[in-house]
Amino acid sequence: MADAEQSEAPVELQGRNVIYCGVCTLPPEYCEYGGTVRKCQEWLEKHHPDMYSRIWSPEALEAATAALSVDAQKRAAKDAQKKAAKAEAAEQKQASKLASSVVTIKRIERNKKKFVTAVIGLEAFGLDLKKVLIVVFFLKVAKDFGKKFATGSSVTKLPSGGEEIVVQGDVSDELEEFILEKYKDVPEDNIELVDDKKKKSSG
Amino acid sequence: MFKKDLQGAPKQKLKSSAQRALRQNLLATYPLLTPYIEEILPKKGSLASMKLPDRNTLYVLDSVPLFYQNDGSDLLPHLKLVHRFPQAFPSIRIDRGAIRFVLSGATLMAPGLTSAGGRLPVDGAKPLEEGKEMEQSIVEDGRWSRELAKGEPVVIMAEGKEEACAVGTLAAGTDEVKAKGKGPVVEDAHYLGDGLWNLNTA
Repeated sequence: MADAEQSEAPVELQGRNVIYCGVCTLPPEYCEYGGTVRKCQEWLEKHHPDMYSRIWSPEALEAATAALSVDAQKRAAKDAQKKAAKAEAAEQKQASKLASSVVTIKRIERNKKKFVTAVIGLEAFGLDLKKVLIVVFFLKVAKDFGKKFATGSSVTKLPSGGEEIVVQGDVSDELEEFILEKYKDVPEDNIELVDDKKKKSSG
Repeated sequence: MFKKDLQGAPKQKLKSSAQRALRQNLLATYPLLTPYIEEILPKKGSLASMKLPDRNTLYVLDSVPLFYQNDGSDLLPHLKLVHRFPQAFPSIRIDRGAIRFVLSGATLMAPGLTSAGGRLPVDGAKPLEEGKEMEQSIVEDGRWSRELAKGEPVVIMAEGKEEACAVGTLAAGTDEVKAKGKGPVVEDAHYLGDGLWNLNTA
């Protein structure tokens, strides 16, 4: 039976491989609805020039708009504009957040001579990651730290929102260097070292 | 259904008996997938399920999302799967003007289908007949060869586009849509760029 099927439609039996836009993840023909049209266009032109010329050719665009009434066209354009503006604003916000965010490396005294080192504020450098992925990102970074210093390293949620990575031992100086070296997009000036003595709860 | 970004839950491997059941269920719902079933669900593959909010379950094979299911109802294909096997799912087509609404999660309304750019099943088509499950396909210009009943899963194509833009279940049969020409047709669809689409399944 398999033979019969193969001779019938050998090509169709394979699933199609669809190309997705590297910017907005939609199939490129839907990029115009994604809100990041300009970027998508650049990406497509670079990676799939043939597809680019097919989708964004003047004739194709004309055919696309011809079907709509003038009124609907206007509305669609307005909508697209609003979306693009929104995406742009989000991007800017992200950039400014990145510039103003500070990574704090805190040395916390645990027990007289024992310390842990906490890293707070890495969220902003999760970069273009989605919310879902940030947790994964943190876990990965924590693992990296642990490997580097051969100590335990964990991710904890802060009550104020956000997450911190706690590394066993006093590794604040090395940690700073390590972060700078490994995560190039963290600017040096944005790293802050703090020494935090434990409150005298023990008396 | 997935307007908001989803939080991925840990994946759970499915027992082989559950896999077999799923496979049968799948073929019962989508008989046209029969020739491709080995490619979609290889017997040796390790299928995993992922719990999503609102009692939805997503089935994932080697980090490729395949199907999702809402609380025991029909299996619905993930759009990435639809893109791989577009001919295996009953489809309707919306006109260009409706695309942007559907892609922002609006309920699909009948006028988007009845207008010049929309495509409903062929006029005078018959509903599904027993034993003729394999004899359906796209005929002439994006129209499906039989009427689709209320509650049936359907893929939503778009005028001027090659790929599907949404997947959902019909809130009204296609014959009813033709007759009435207004009202909601597909509610709570899974569309391009929604939470399910952007979900990280790795």
